[in-house]
Amino acid sequence: MSTTISLTPWDLAIASSLIVFDAILSLVFRLGLHRQILVASARLVVQLVAIGFVLKFVFALKNPAVTLLLILVMVLIAARETAARSERRFKGQTGLAIGAASVASATLVTALFALTTALRPHPWYDPHYAIPLAGILLGNILNATSLSLDSLLGPMAIQRNAVEARLTLGATYWEAATPYVRDAIRRGLVPIINQMSAAGVVTLPGIMTGQILAGLDPLEAVKYQILLMFLLAGGSGLAAAGAAYLAAWRLTDDRQRLRLDRLAPARGG
Amino acid sequence: MDATAPTMPRLRIEGLKSALVGPFNLAVQRGDCVGITGPSGSGKSLFLRMICDLDPNQGEVELDGEPRSRMAAPAWRRQVVYVPAESGWWADQIADHFPKDRRAPANDMAARLGLPADIIGGAVSRLSTGERQRLALIRALLIASPVLLLDEPTSALDGDGAARVEAILTERMAAGLALVLVTHDPAQAVRLASQRFVMAAGHLETAP
Repeated sequence: MSTTISLTPWDLAIASSLIVFDAILSLVFRLGLHRQILVASARLVVQLVAIGFVLKFVFALKNPAVTLLLILVMVLIAARETAARSERRFKGQTGLAIGAASVASATLVTALFALTTALRPHPWYDPHYAIPLAGILLGNILNATSLSLDSLLGPMAIQRNAVEARLTLGATYWEAATPYVRDAIRRGLVPIINQMSAAGVVTLPGIMTGQILAGLDPLEAVKYQILLMFLLAGGSGLAAAGAAYLAAWRLTDDRQRLRLDRLAPARGG
Repeated sequence: MDATAPTMPRLRIEGLKSALVGPFNLAVQRGDCVGITGPSGSGKSLFLRMICDLDPNQGEVELDGEPRSRMAAPAWRRQVVYVPAESGWWADQIADHFPKDRRAPANDMAARLGLPADIIGGAVSRLSTGERQRLALIRALLIASPVLLLDEPTSALDGDGAARVEAILTERMAAGLALVLVTHDPAQAVRLASQRFVMAAGHLETAP
């Protein structure tokens, strides 16, 4: 990567003037955002520098256990995020458990698939590949999971009468719930479908842009981006389906009732 | 009831309770109607939901002597059909709520209940509350279940509409239907029910 232009702290300091510009904008137009802008940018710097050091350390170790541990921590944070984002939530830790199960399984399956087929680094758990891969997968999988969860719990709670109408007429719970599960999975898949359709036409995907900026040949960068998009699509599908089915399953019991009492009360009501 | 020759009740409820209401004991014979009145929030709807097993509950319910616990929940709900006060619709078109082979009989029954001809061909969103109420009842009646649990089946209907509903129910009762009817109209309870109760704070009391 001889063509990489290395950035100095001074370069970043100059770029940070744009943050100051945003803050001034907020003051002039009374957006009330200047504090948030400054806090967010400070968080960005601290978080990224910290993860940079963590990655450097873990890359140097090349230890499969440490790599896996780091990925698990990332998965847990993502799972917490999915549970917290949803408009309607389960009581207790159910949401966290569903988020963790679908995020973890989708991430691990997709990452292992990529590491053992397309990428094949040596060793296969090389943190240099495994961790960034898990990271980008997690971002998309988190999105798919929380969209799917939200699109299942919200409509099923709001349309309780419709679901129960089918139950009272003798339908099984899954006959009544499947349309909602289907819609939830569909909603979870929409962002990645949009991303794939827009890639290269409306947007230059982030990974590709980063690699080109870092000096990689555009065609090489494109191949990586295509691989990643396919992985993201697979991961999103797994996560959306997993989250929707687990949540729907948790909303019923052995007598095929609709157990909305397992949801926490709606917020803002 | 003749104590020396006990007939097996169509619907028998024993010790049915939840955290909120009960315990309830009730027996409904073939062709009989139990009428329940009582203030809003006293547990009338919860009682019906428990009988059809839509809410968690304890206790035993039997249909013609067969315990509910030995039947799969959907099979039970096809025989003990509950029609809630507020009807539910899961598709845009009314026809999608009726199996194909039941659409013709549904239209016939709609006509008997004073609904416009071919109402089944329209959209749910264009129905009035009273039309929805009658169509939801038709949907349930077409199952021809041995037991019906009706929650305020005529609350949105005028006198003529209510009379038409009552006529069909009476007909079905003559054919063996056991009916549990929740109503705000004590006169309706008198017209249809042989046993009348008042729900008060989650308990059934014999109506005066």
